[in-house]
Amino acid sequence: MKLIDEKKVTSGMKGRIFRNSLFKNIFLLATLLCLLFLIVLFWRILSQGLAYLDWQFLNSLPSRKPEKAGIYTALNGTLWMMAVVVPVTMILGIGTAIYLEEYAKKNKFTTFIQVNISNLAGVPSVVYGLLGLTIFVRALNLGTSVLAAGLTMSLLILPVVIVSAQEAIRAVPNSLREASYGMGATKWQTILNVVLPAALPGILTGTILALSRAIGETAPLVVLGIPLYLAFLPTSFLDEFTALPMQIYNWTSRPQAEFQNLAAAGIIVLLAILIIMNSVAILIRNKFQKKY
Amino acid sequence: MPDKKESQSISVQKLIAEKRKKGSKKRTEKIIPFILLLTAIVSVFTTLGILFTLLVETFTFFSHVSLVEFLTNNTWYPFSDPGEFGIWPLVSGTIRVTGIAILVAVPIGLAAAIYLSEYASDRVKRIIKPILEVLAGIPTIVYGFFALTFVTPVLQKLIPELEIFNALSPGLVMGIMITPTIASLSEDAMSAVPDKIRHGSLGLGATKFETAMKVVLPAASSGIIASIVLGISRAIGETMIVSIAGGSTPNLSFSVTSSIQTMTAYIVQVAQGDAGYGTTIYYSIYAVGFTLFLFTLVMNLLASWISRRIREEY
Repeated sequence: MKLIDEKKVTSGMKGRIFRNSLFKNIFLLATLLCLLFLIVLFWRILSQGLAYLDWQFLNSLPSRKPEKAGIYTALNGTLWMMAVVVPVTMILGIGTAIYLEEYAKKNKFTTFIQVNISNLAGVPSVVYGLLGLTIFVRALNLGTSVLAAGLTMSLLILPVVIVSAQEAIRAVPNSLREASYGMGATKWQTILNVVLPAALPGILTGTILALSRAIGETAPLVVLGIPLYLAFLPTSFLDEFTALPMQIYNWTSRPQAEFQNLAAAGIIVLLAILIIMNSVAILIRNKFQKKY
Repeated sequence: MPDKKESQSISVQKLIAEKRKKGSKKRTEKIIPFILLLTAIVSVFTTLGILFTLLVETFTFFSHVSLVEFLTNNTWYPFSDPGEFGIWPLVSGTIRVTGIAILVAVPIGLAAAIYLSEYASDRVKRIIKPILEVLAGIPTIVYGFFALTFVTPVLQKLIPELEIFNALSPGLVMGIMITPTIASLSEDAMSAVPDKIRHGSLGLGATKFETAMKVVLPAASSGIIASIVLGISRAIGETMIVSIAGGSTPNLSFSVTSSIQTMTAYIVQVAQGDAGYGTTIYYSIYAVGFTLFLFTLVMNLLASWISRRIREEY
């Protein structure tokens, strides 16, 4: 007597094995769809903007005539803004991370700060724009200056910097700290000379990635009222300025095709900056990150 | 013995100098934690600042427009005199775009997560993961530009009645934008499912597909749901894509082919225009911003609650 109907089993198995390989390929295709999207996006932007990308484009003031327009003021403005964002986020971000990882006791207040930081990371960037508009632009009367925009951007990326710096500091093994204490070093000496140097590659990687986000972020700048068009360069942190994403936004919202090509050329410059920054971050991570 | 005396006096001086040094050391040891605490408190003040500005200006708005009108009027038309301020058209715009984005991002994101955690070799993972990271790192203004100048014209060839500004095109592009969020967080959740459970299923004769769908997916469900909720939160708060490609016509309907306006796009539109400081329109962006803030806050709290509460322990 046959307990197992072989025909039934093999026919059933066939379907299951077929379904397995079918869905494997469907999953793979869905994943490749992301790659395809990326290729189309890059191809489209390069084919539109590459023809407009030359030395004159990088070196000209914005203009009503597309063939004369350039991103000189925008690129300059972005650099000015980053001159505010870099020191502010480094000091506040790393300071907070050291406090939370090395000094803070495990109590309700520390938990509150930690929960607060992770909630801040989820606040939409446009809301940070409203915060900056009320506090920096109006209440502190900074206007649409480099400083107002730089401080708003700093607050926006601060949670990301804090969390990545915390992870880097946490990854430094306790044995290093104990060795330093054993040699007679104080707590701050240990942090400054042992913990921070060991955590620095991780901190830098996270900070550079966060800064690259600040360079591409547009919404808070629009809400602050940063001008879309500016024909002069800022000379101090209290001057008006315009930034690269604002210039791209300006050109995108014009109906003429030439300006949209200019926008594509601006996007190429923006993406090039981001790719360079990300490569540096990855390089630092791979080259200097020690495994303990 | 003059030599001995001299050496003694030197050592005393040294001791005093050292003691002095230690005193200053003690002071830095006490001051530093305090300074660091101040930097940590900046983030608390940021939250307070956000709540304070939104609440105060929203209250001012509600002294011009009643809360009842805000919640019951079905028209948002602030630029007439007197303007109409019913929030639902803006909410409906946000929900339509977010809905489309989720319809795109959940299947693709989950498929990518299953492929990466269940099928892909380490070598394939090393190629695909950076691609997802690149997608997540592209500024939203670039996505907006792409939606308006490429996706919309292509869609218009397929759907002739599609307007230049619509919900469909920014929704689709936004879906691709949040796919990496859902894919990488879901993959983390699935990779955390221990291999012995997979082996148990495979040992009983299940195929990899059956194991993934009936064993791994349910076991990782809390992490997957949390990732989707976070994706929704990002889509609700996304601004530039919808400002560029979504249009500025708030309306309460289910249409995805006509021009819309989301909450975020309205804030951008007013901030860009010349609505004078102190006008009702100026205060309305805070009321809209506060509504937006509540939406994302609820989503974020829900996500962290889900991943904490329904965590499977092995």
